[in-house]
Amino acid sequence: MTLSEEELAEELADGTLTRPPSRARMVAGRFFRSTQGLIGFAVLALMFLLAFVGPLFSPWTYTDKDFTAFMQPPSARHWFGTLQTGSDVFAVTLRGMQKSLVVGLLAALVSTALAAVVGAFAGYFLGWTDRVLSWVTDLLLVLPAFLILAILSPLFGSGQWPLFVVMLALFLWMVTSKIVRGMAISVKEREFVQAARYMGVPPVRIIFRHVIPNLSSLLIVDATLNVSSAILTETSLSYFGFGIQPPDVSFGTLIADGSLTAVYAPWTFWFVAGLLVVTVLAVNLVGDALRDAFDPSSGKA
Amino acid sequence: MAGFLARRLLNYAVLVVVAASLAYLVAATALDPRSNYADRTPKPPPAVVDAQLTVLNLNDKTPLLQRYAVWAGGVLRGDFGKTVAGAPVNDDIKRRMGVTFRLVILGLVCGSLLGVLVGALAAVRQYGWFDRLSTGLSFLVLAVPVVVLANMLILAGAWANQHVFGRQVLLVSGEYSAGVEGLGSQVVDRLQHLVLPTISLSVGLIAVFSRYQRNMMLDVLGADFVRTARAKGLSRRRALTRHALRTAMIPVVTYFAFTFGALLTGATFTEKIFGWHGLGEQLINSIFSNDVNTVAAISLLAAVSVLCAALAADLLHAALDPRVRA
Repeated sequence: MTLSEEELAEELADGTLTRPPSRARMVAGRFFRSTQGLIGFAVLALMFLLAFVGPLFSPWTYTDKDFTAFMQPPSARHWFGTLQTGSDVFAVTLRGMQKSLVVGLLAALVSTALAAVVGAFAGYFLGWTDRVLSWVTDLLLVLPAFLILAILSPLFGSGQWPLFVVMLALFLWMVTSKIVRGMAISVKEREFVQAARYMGVPPVRIIFRHVIPNLSSLLIVDATLNVSSAILTETSLSYFGFGIQPPDVSFGTLIADGSLTAVYAPWTFWFVAGLLVVTVLAVNLVGDALRDAFDPSSGKA
Repeated sequence: MAGFLARRLLNYAVLVVVAASLAYLVAATALDPRSNYADRTPKPPPAVVDAQLTVLNLNDKTPLLQRYAVWAGGVLRGDFGKTVAGAPVNDDIKRRMGVTFRLVILGLVCGSLLGVLVGALAAVRQYGWFDRLSTGLSFLVLAVPVVVLANMLILAGAWANQHVFGRQVLLVSGEYSAGVEGLGSQVVDRLQHLVLPTISLSVGLIAVFSRYQRNMMLDVLGADFVRTARAKGLSRRRALTRHALRTAMIPVVTYFAFTFGALLTGATFTEKIFGWHGLGEQLINSIFSNDVNTVAAISLLAAVSVLCAALAADLLHAALDPRVRA
């Protein structure tokens, strides 16, 4: 009788056996019991709903121009007012929000995945692999990310935003990868990794099957917080014309345009800026609450 | 200690060389100085453009490595080459360096000192009103990018001038006003220009440092050595400043090196938005004018200053932690 059959038999013999709650359920429970997590999640969900469902309710699309209303304050016809060109601020803002959210999410996912792989390989193999990878990490930390991204900006013209996402991710992963490396070194000494090694499991498979999944709580929290830094970086780059290129819009391009007219037409600046701040704030709240949920002893020390 | 520093220094020197070379190669590949000539009227003949670009070492028909060798040779002699307009990069950089330096140093000092102070105070009275207020504010500040913050400050400054002071007190454009006479009024004028950019640069730092310092301080407050310090008769204030604060600052100092790059980026945004003619503003302008040599020179300076910050962090670390010195 193998181990699993034995378990099965036990379960059958004792019908009332209740399974312990899974870790995911426990973490989710803790997350949703904290006010911080609940508020952050609710606001973030609302923002997503607004960005992707909101445009359906607006009579205007982001390319429409109303030639009867230039620079008009908010009204029943244009909920957030209009720009100098006659564009509807509500429509362009939501379009910019879609782009910023998608860019932020994708960049965060890619950068966390990269951090996990680089950090785990460096920490698991040590020796020369570690030296080379750590050196590359240090090198990218020395070069201010904004600078390189700005220099590269002529390469991602209009419609090239997936390339932009990849480049953004390339400059977000370094600090996390340093943390992952440190943790991978300690996980490597754990019994289950040793056991897998002696059973002849190839190292690469050990890393993907055993090392990285054991760092998942760190990685999930990190990916969440990376979303906010990706959105902020994207905004700054686009503000100066180095990111999302016209005719497409993002938070950054809208804020850049809005700041020029903000003194006499506050609606061109404050709606976009406000939504950006609320979105990033919500992401940070979710990240913080997740950290506490994964490790209840850390935050309240 | 000396050996440790020498190894660090060597490592940093290699990193600077690689980072600067990478920046030059990327800039030379991505930027296109030839396009500057495309929309001139009358259109200059291709041979003239080629000759002009070759003189400036910007000709994309010369192999990249050859251009790189010429540039690197110049840099070794302390010459960063010529701008697209033909002026030496060195003069321009030298003039602008002071502007950026003043802004960054002031922002850095304000940001890190206030941040450490706020974090330490918040930790001493954990869950008190100050702790809650500073936590809430730093959460808010961390969600506001510098580009938005700077614009908000400009709007707030204009509003305050109009409604609170009734005259131009907070000046939002440039480093100083032209035509101000007398030393006293010049100093006041510079200060008026300095207030808002410094706030825009240091608020983010204060938020980051205070969060970090608070967590480190909380870890230390419950430690045995703080209790021992109290038991041997030190007052609470002395025990906190001499023993707890000093120990809690060690990891924060290490963190300092990481934030310096972000600070330079913040300075770039601040300069551009407030119209200060510093290196950051020049970087953005030179990318738009395809000025490869200027971009490379500023990248080199950025890499050098990040590593100087890392070295300073190492030294501070050694000053605070006797175990490193041993």
